[in-house]
Amino acid sequence: MLAFAIRRLVQAIGVMLVVALISFIMFRFVGDPVNQLVGVDTSPEDRAALREALGLNDPVLLQFGRFILRAAQLDFGISYQFKQPVAALIASRLPATLELSLVSAFFALAVGVPMGVFTGLYPRSWASRAFLAISLIGVSLPTFLIGILLIFLVSVNLGWLPSFGRGAVVDIGFGWTTGLLTTSGLQSLILPSITLGLFQMTLIMRLVRGEMLEVLRTDYIKFARARGLSRRAINFGHALKNTLVPVITITGLQVGSIIAFAIITETVFQWPGMGLMFLQAVQSVDIPIMAAYLLLIAFLFVTINFIVDLLYVAVDPRIRLGGARG
Amino acid sequence: MTPTLSVRNLRVEIPTRRGVLRAIDDLSFDIAPGEVLGMVGESGAGKSITGSAIIGLLEPPGRVAGGEIRLAGERIDHLPPERMRHVRGKRIGMIFQDPLTSLNPLYRIGEQLTETILTHEQLSGRAARDKAQRLLEEVGIPAAAERLSAYPHQFSGGMRQRVVIALALAADPQLVIADEPTTALDVSVQAQIIALLKRICADRGASVMLITHDMGVIAETADRVCVLYAGRLAEIGPVRDVVKHPQHPYTRGLMAAIPSLAGDPDEKLAQIPGSMPRLGAIPPGCAFNPRCDFAFDRCRAERPDAYPAGATQAACFLHDAKNPPPPEIAGRASEVGLGVTRAPAEVPQ
Ligand SMILES: Nc1ncnc2c1ncn2[C@@H]1O[C@H](COP(=O)(O)OP(=O)(O)OP(=O)(O)O)[C@@H](O)[C@H]1O
Ligand code: SF4
Ligand SMILES: [Mg+2]
Repeated sequence: MLAFAIRRLVQAIGVMLVVALISFIMFRFVGDPVNQLVGVDTSPEDRAALREALGLNDPVLLQFGRFILRAAQLDFGISYQFKQPVAALIASRLPATLELSLVSAFFALAVGVPMGVFTGLYPRSWASRAFLAISLIGVSLPTFLIGILLIFLVSVNLGWLPSFGRGAVVDIGFGWTTGLLTTSGLQSLILPSITLGLFQMTLIMRLVRGEMLEVLRTDYIKFARARGLSRRAINFGHALKNTLVPVITITGLQVGSIIAFAIITETVFQWPGMGLMFLQAVQSVDIPIMAAYLLLIAFLFVTINFIVDLLYVAVDPRIRLGGARG
Repeated sequence: MTPTLSVRNLRVEIPTRRGVLRAIDDLSFDIAPGEVLGMVGESGAGKSITGSAIIGLLEPPGRVAGGEIRLAGERIDHLPPERMRHVRGKRIGMIFQDPLTSLNPLYRIGEQLTETILTHEQLSGRAARDKAQRLLEEVGIPAAAERLSAYPHQFSGGMRQRVVIALALAADPQLVIADEPTTALDVSVQAQIIALLKRICADRGASVMLITHDMGVIAETADRVCVLYAGRLAEIGPVRDVVKHPQHPYTRGLMAAIPSLAGDPDEKLAQIPGSMPRLGAIPPGCAFNPRCDFAFDRCRAERPDAYPAGATQAACFLHDAKNPPPPEIAGRASEVGLGVTRAPAEVPQ
């Protein structure tokens, strides 16, 4: 178990180094950092001095090392656009994105798993067919279109929910602002969460359904039936638990992509998160923010992956205990 | 005495796109209390389907379309699902072929045992655990107390099948249906498992329906044997008679094809020409007639009932005393010990 964890950790660090390299190349070679920092009327001598001061004349490897060292201390430089430390900018936007992503993931699980179980248990019922049809829409419509449709329907036509922003937020310390404690904050969360979570929800539903159908055909379910166990014990105790291993894996991995794909939803709903900031950074070629965002997303992906691997092991005794026979 | 299991004119149908298949047709047999009945027949003869029908677990769209199944006199086909659930496990135990896949990989052996026990008996958790441990000891698992907290993958195949037997017998059923319980196991442990199954059922007075391809196992284990062909009964009777003096031409071919049972080692092994028909293509009359050496006109037109044939019952017109076969056929059949003309002296004790 420990060896397994260490192996995965080494892999994770490898991935992070590669992403850091990409991020560094972007930072260093896309556009000239000096040009971004000085005005047009700065003399060539001043530019050269600044170049030297920034260490841009050092060997590339040394620069990369320095980049990593700084990144490890959460020092991503100064935003060209806002003239503020990138780390502080991201920290101020992080809560919005994380809250939105986690609520979306929760929505996807809370709706997707029961729907998957239902459609797996009663594949021929009309409700199952309806769920599947809806899920097909969820998979095939692009996120921004779903967002716009929801805004049009629920916000514009019905006027039930706000169509943009986070509503009122409360600072709960450590610079973390939450929208979960105010009515307007919660109301503002609903549409973006559905928009962002819909795709994952249909994914989870289809996954659970497929796994359920598969597991229900297995010998141990047949044997459980032959022992007279109740339907509930069979469906939820024996079958569902066996579907959970892949569901945990996929859902965990999806949390990473939810955070990454929040860009689109945040744009549609003008949600003041990291994704929106990233998009604005792209428009104004604010390389430090882009590089930091890339690193952060990669870090989240890798961390989540790591946790998922450990969870997976915790659920399945065959992996946890190895193939030992007694 | 009321038989533990009584199957009468059972018909199982499987509706498919190309029409309704009759997987079991007009099958009748009994199993007496404490008796071991062997079920044999080629692959696809309907052995497993018969077992599933009895325990009420036919895969949809398969269904019992006719006949009766009685357990200790009480009809159990068409019981409401919730009542049938209490028959399964509690009154009929079932053992499947593959012990590697019969156990849920995510639960400890002890959890699976106590869950089964508590489903059928009102016991405290403590008492259920004690019973689980006794069951494991009974099926010969060493260090039972510790093994309760082991997961299935920590057992070998033979040990897992012991656990499966413990699970099937957890609520002391009157009838145990074992569907090829040793086919998936190492040859070295097959005999042990069969002996265990036989002993543990005998201890409890439970009847057994033992489905297998292995005539050797049947010969050693079963009291009576039932031979199926294309979903129909071919022959049923005491195991010694069916093995040594089969009365149905199909059984005869089946027994002759088994090397260990063929009396004279120099005698060429008889192979039955052709193969068993698919369910959709069963010929009219006797299902065996295209492959039968003795088939005559009536065999192609009419379906034979089960007639008394020596010590057994055989679904074959050679044994119809009221309407005997043509003399030429009867003569040829009696040369090999088949048919109504057989002398009673040949029947072994
Ligand atoms: N869902 C189904 N649709 C069509 N035919 C089926 C279906 N299920 C079973 N059958 C047929 O029913 C017949 C009996 O099957 P069964 O499994 O009882 O055979 P068996 O005697 O147990 O054979 P084996 O020794 O291979 O286990 C077979 O011919 C099989 O093809
Ligand atoms: S009934 Fe006719 S075809 Fe069928 S086994 Fe007997 S002799 Fe052969
Ligand atoms: Mg079978």
